[in-house]
Amino acid sequence: MSAPNSSYDFDIAVVGAGPAGLAAAALAASNGASVVLLDEQAEPGGQIYRAVTETPVRDRKVLGPDYWHGAELLGPLRDSGAVHWPGSTVWSVARPREDGPDGQRSIQIGLSRDGAAAMLTVRHVILATGALERPFPIPGWTLPGVLGAGAAQVLLKTSGLVPSGATVMAGSGPLLWLLAWQYLQAGARIDAILDTTPKENWRAALPLLPGFLRSPYLGKGMKLMLEVRRKLTVIGNVTALRAEGGVGSGGNEGVLKSVVYTRNGTEHRLPADTLLLHHGVVPNLNLANATGCAQRWDEQQRCWRPTTDEWGATSVEGVSLAGDGAGIGGARAAEEAGRLTALDALHRLGRIGREQRDRSAAPFRAALDRALTGRAFLDTLYTPAEAFRVPADDTIVCRCEEITAGAVREAVRLGCSGPNQAKSFLRCGMGPCQGRLCGPTVTEVIAAERGISPAEVGYYRLRPPVKPITLAELAALPKTDADIDAVFKH
Amino acid sequence: MFRRLPEIETALKTAETVAFTIDGRPASARAGDSVAAALLANGVVACRNMPVSGAARGPYCMMGVCFDCLVTIDGTGNRQGCQVRVAPGMAVETQNGKREVER
Ligand SMILES: Cc1cc2nc3c(=O)[nH]c(=O)nc-3n(C[C@H](O)[C@H](O)[C@H](O)COP(=O)(O)OP(=O)(O)OC[C@H]3O[C@@H](n4cnc5c(N)ncnc54)[C@H](O)[C@@H]3O)c2cc1C
Ligand code: FES
Repeated sequence: MSAPNSSYDFDIAVVGAGPAGLAAAALAASNGASVVLLDEQAEPGGQIYRAVTETPVRDRKVLGPDYWHGAELLGPLRDSGAVHWPGSTVWSVARPREDGPDGQRSIQIGLSRDGAAAMLTVRHVILATGALERPFPIPGWTLPGVLGAGAAQVLLKTSGLVPSGATVMAGSGPLLWLLAWQYLQAGARIDAILDTTPKENWRAALPLLPGFLRSPYLGKGMKLMLEVRRKLTVIGNVTALRAEGGVGSGGNEGVLKSVVYTRNGTEHRLPADTLLLHHGVVPNLNLANATGCAQRWDEQQRCWRPTTDEWGATSVEGVSLAGDGAGIGGARAAEEAGRLTALDALHRLGRIGREQRDRSAAPFRAALDRALTGRAFLDTLYTPAEAFRVPADDTIVCRCEEITAGAVREAVRLGCSGPNQAKSFLRCGMGPCQGRLCGPTVTEVIAAERGISPAEVGYYRLRPPVKPITLAELAALPKTDADIDAVFKH
Repeated sequence: MFRRLPEIETALKTAETVAFTIDGRPASARAGDSVAAALLANGVVACRNMPVSGAARGPYCMMGVCFDCLVTIDGTGNRQGCQVRVAPGMAVETQNGKREVER
């Protein structure tokens, strides 16, 4: 294995500094590989451990012990010698047409850092891009004052900000309960939690309960939920939701004013300055998709996930995936998966033999299995209701281009067969977010309208750059002799 | 509307504050805040108007996904407020419609 020949050449690039990426980078680098860890955030931690090194929330009981575990991942990373480049957005992962000079695989990574573009050359890439909140399209969800619960949690972790006026939380899933609990610890105001978990989900989930009863998270989760239920108003069986705008209590126009919900067929209205929506999380697969990694529809988690083997290897050689970006498993699972992926990458780079890989992997694999125990129960119980996945006609699905579900259905009637066609029919998914937020909804709406499965409908085919970058940034890329030759000779 | 936790409010009185402007008005934030968080902390819930309908938008995801937090920072349009840290003297402007040419 050749030593890195410049500051832009590494054996392994890890994209994402959440639990998966932190663990992967530390393990790979401590085994002698040259590793760069790239993340668009200013600090390591990913979503769960966001700002763990510098959060202003010093009272440890507010964010809870799971959060502070994140700090334990940073020491090993520092000691490993991995290079960490925070504030680096990766917009492309591509294999050059020919192999590197000595026949080694070489993969080019395009990134933006401090407003300038740069290219890296590496021999293996581990994508640990994590999760994002599942879109929760309801009428009025684009009003200022409506945020994701995960967004509110980011505000708490990074800035110690909590809602101040009338506050309503709505949706279902563990993260909603966790945030409510953190707000309780912090003394923040919550007027009501509107629980949209469908009653029928319990019937489907019950057979999976035994697995969940063995889960290490059971006790923690139950305690947290009971405490929230005891102290806050929780309104169950909510089947419809709408956010209404007007002049807010701060005097601003066109902002959230109230939340209307339906329960047992009756509508109720709550005044609200802040509405926090949550509906579970889905893999952040944009980069994997644009890199050409095959993906499949996961019926249980109702989302697309890149296809991987038990080591996180994808269909593209030299590119592997770890953590929630490969399918939602939670932070502890992400960490273990990161280590397994790093071991396999070391093996593929010829640094360790197969036997050593398998031997070293055993404890991580056991821990991964433990961390995933009971997941099927949670996935089934918290499957979002159809009404919130396949919204009514008047609901905006593509926030960037302001395309409604009705417009998507109309396009289907005119012959639009899938998300990629919806782009040209409607510009749906063509705004700056590049379909990140509307993708899952557009697939589900088209599938429902055509009466076929989301698997058949497919997903957006994405192309780099996966994040908008300016032409000026691209133009400022340093040119190699080969680049210049390519222009002059042809 | 958002407020700081009391312990942080107290800490802010002593240090760590950053002075910047929102549409020319003086404002202050905590060092380490993203621009989007700094706007929310100053009672600004809407940071841009949509190019299509003109509707007001404010930060939604706080993790770089939705692009609803687009603002003009020091004269450059279309910056994601949730991904940029507020800095001393920064001029943040709410964005009306599309990014302007040359900005
Ligand atoms: C907003 C939010 C809050 C959450 N909070 C919790 C919580 O409190 N507790 C909990 O148990 N679970 C939480 N989750 C679920 C959680 O994401 C995971 O279980 C865990 O963080 C997964 O770890 P990961 O390493 O796979 O990815 P993540 O922790 O999500 O880390 C992925 C990292 O990749 C980076 N990244 C992504 N794309 C790029 C790119 N193109 N270029 C550069 N960097 C990139 C991101 O900035 C991020 O730091 C949350 C999820 C979300 C979306
Ligand atoms: S708030 Fe969503 S991108 Fe900034």
